[in-house]
Amino acid sequence: MTSLSPVSPDPAIAEPDPGLRRDRPFSRRNLLKTVVGGYLPLLVATLVVFLPLLWMVLSSFKQSGEIVTTDLKILPESLNLENYRTAMTTVPFGQFFLNSTIVTLAGATVKVLLAILTAYALVFVRFPFRNFIFLLILVALMVPPQVSILPNFILIAGIGGKNTLWGIILPGLGTAFGTFLLRQHFRTLPASILESAEMDGAGHWRRLWQIVVPVSVPSIATVALVTIVTEWNDYIWPLIITDRPETMTLPVGLTLLQNNESNAAGWGVLMAGAVLVIVPILIIFAALQRYIVAGLTQGSVTG
Amino acid sequence: MTRQLAPHPSAKPKRPPGRSAKVPRRRWTARTRRDFFVFLAMALPNLVLIAVFTYRPLFSNMYYSTLDWTLGSPTASVVGLANYVTFFTSNDAPKVLGTTAVFTLVTVGGSMILGLLVALALNAKVRGTTFARSAVFAPYILSGVGVGLVWLFIFDPGYGVLAWLLRGIGQQSPQWINDPQLSLVMVILVYVWKNLGYCAVVYLAGLQSLPQEVMEAASLDGANGFRRFLSISLPLLSPTTFFLLITTLLSSLQAFDLIRIMTPLGTGTSTLIYEAYLQAFGAYNRAGYSAAISVVLFAILLVITVLQLRFVERKVHYS
Repeated sequence: MTSLSPVSPDPAIAEPDPGLRRDRPFSRRNLLKTVVGGYLPLLVATLVVFLPLLWMVLSSFKQSGEIVTTDLKILPESLNLENYRTAMTTVPFGQFFLNSTIVTLAGATVKVLLAILTAYALVFVRFPFRNFIFLLILVALMVPPQVSILPNFILIAGIGGKNTLWGIILPGLGTAFGTFLLRQHFRTLPASILESAEMDGAGHWRRLWQIVVPVSVPSIATVALVTIVTEWNDYIWPLIITDRPETMTLPVGLTLLQNNESNAAGWGVLMAGAVLVIVPILIIFAALQRYIVAGLTQGSVTG
Repeated sequence: MTRQLAPHPSAKPKRPPGRSAKVPRRRWTARTRRDFFVFLAMALPNLVLIAVFTYRPLFSNMYYSTLDWTLGSPTASVVGLANYVTFFTSNDAPKVLGTTAVFTLVTVGGSMILGLLVALALNAKVRGTTFARSAVFAPYILSGVGVGLVWLFIFDPGYGVLAWLLRGIGQQSPQWINDPQLSLVMVILVYVWKNLGYCAVVYLAGLQSLPQEVMEAASLDGANGFRRFLSISLPLLSPTTFFLLITTLLSSLQAFDLIRIMTPLGTGTSTLIYEAYLQAFGAYNRAGYSAAISVVLFAILLVITVLQLRFVERKVHYS
């Protein structure tokens, strides 16, 4: 072949059939490459995530005889709810579920509300040292809650918050994360819409609820969902501030269940408990993952 | 779930939009006074909560760390820096700092490298990537307690899946629970499993924002996929890598849930945060000593944060 040849040096492009172009993933020559290079890694990654969770669900239906055996059975013999019943009766799981729901909903509602108000004030209300206040919030983002547990324990226990739901909720109510995220969003809103509302005589309160909040629903949803997930999973603080089952949240209650079911026969019961903690969040995530992923990876996209 | 959020450099304070500087003076004062109170009404509750429950503990810890104080006891004696001296001269410091270093470096390295590989897989032009992306991210948002229990069952030397697989190839299951070093390996593996999806999604966003024309030009120059990745994608991804390095470092240093549920006694897995917890709320009730360890941990976190802010200002932007 000479260099004057009009035929492209790439044999794939020279294929007579235009339907078999090089970038067709399922053309005969690319099929293997697509499967090995494209689908196989995806499949492996997805399975590595799903198999342990699937194992949790399957095991939660198994009776102790199916678990305490060297001959592994993959599927449970029946959809037996015995483990769930045992989990509910050994420890007050229904109470844990209720406590977790109350803590999550009350905590998240207040936090979102505080984040909206603070972010609005920081962006739209004139105040001296506003930027300095924002800086303090930024720094608070960097302070891990784990190093605060001892002083907060002493404070909350001192004012009678041990083994109470408010004692669980109160220390986490201040929100640097939500304020930061909403402030960044509010700053992108066009000033013109607020100015015209101001002209019409709308005060800050009306401007906030009738203009800023309605146009910021996706960002607020992001903050709300991330907060709900964090509150639901929160462990170290409820673990420390509660030691009576009546006020424990689900993750703490699961620890209690673990202590009670420490022999091998208890695995089925523990998996049932794990399902009750994990599945509600999985459902929320499956439905609204777009907002959650965006909120949690916020700040990563360099511009 | 631990989450650390590093503010993006563009988050610097700026003038708010749409404020005209020139307004008649009398109206300005009236409005300013009103705005002053509106601001306080809106922001003060949150600011007070942050001050009381985030800032105050930092200083309280420093004070407590100078006390010889049993948690729950009404009396305490001031001992100066004795708690720090005890920590750094006893066997605790090398053990705890060593465990912290191993746990942190391996989990950060592991989740970033695997996260990058998964991101490359997710970046393939095939169907199903959106679903796979969500699936891979899912463990990151699940309860560490639930996830820890599930994996503890899988690792169970008697009846776990892993032991069963090993028996299939004629091997005994290692004693994951009783051997301190294997306990650390186990917790690290699960931590990486839980967190690599976060790295993958962040890396994927980085990969997808790479300039297409550069990649195509390299492709036309005959660079193969691996060359292109090594000499173009990877350097261009350095801001993402740096961001992930900092965020995963900070969250690994605060890992608690998995360690607590998988190895309650902290044998072989007692990192700084876990040791601080055990000393105050485990068997010992040594509040002052625990506070000293918390201060050491906070100092490390502070150094990382300051490094981050300095580097972000300077060199991470390639494009």
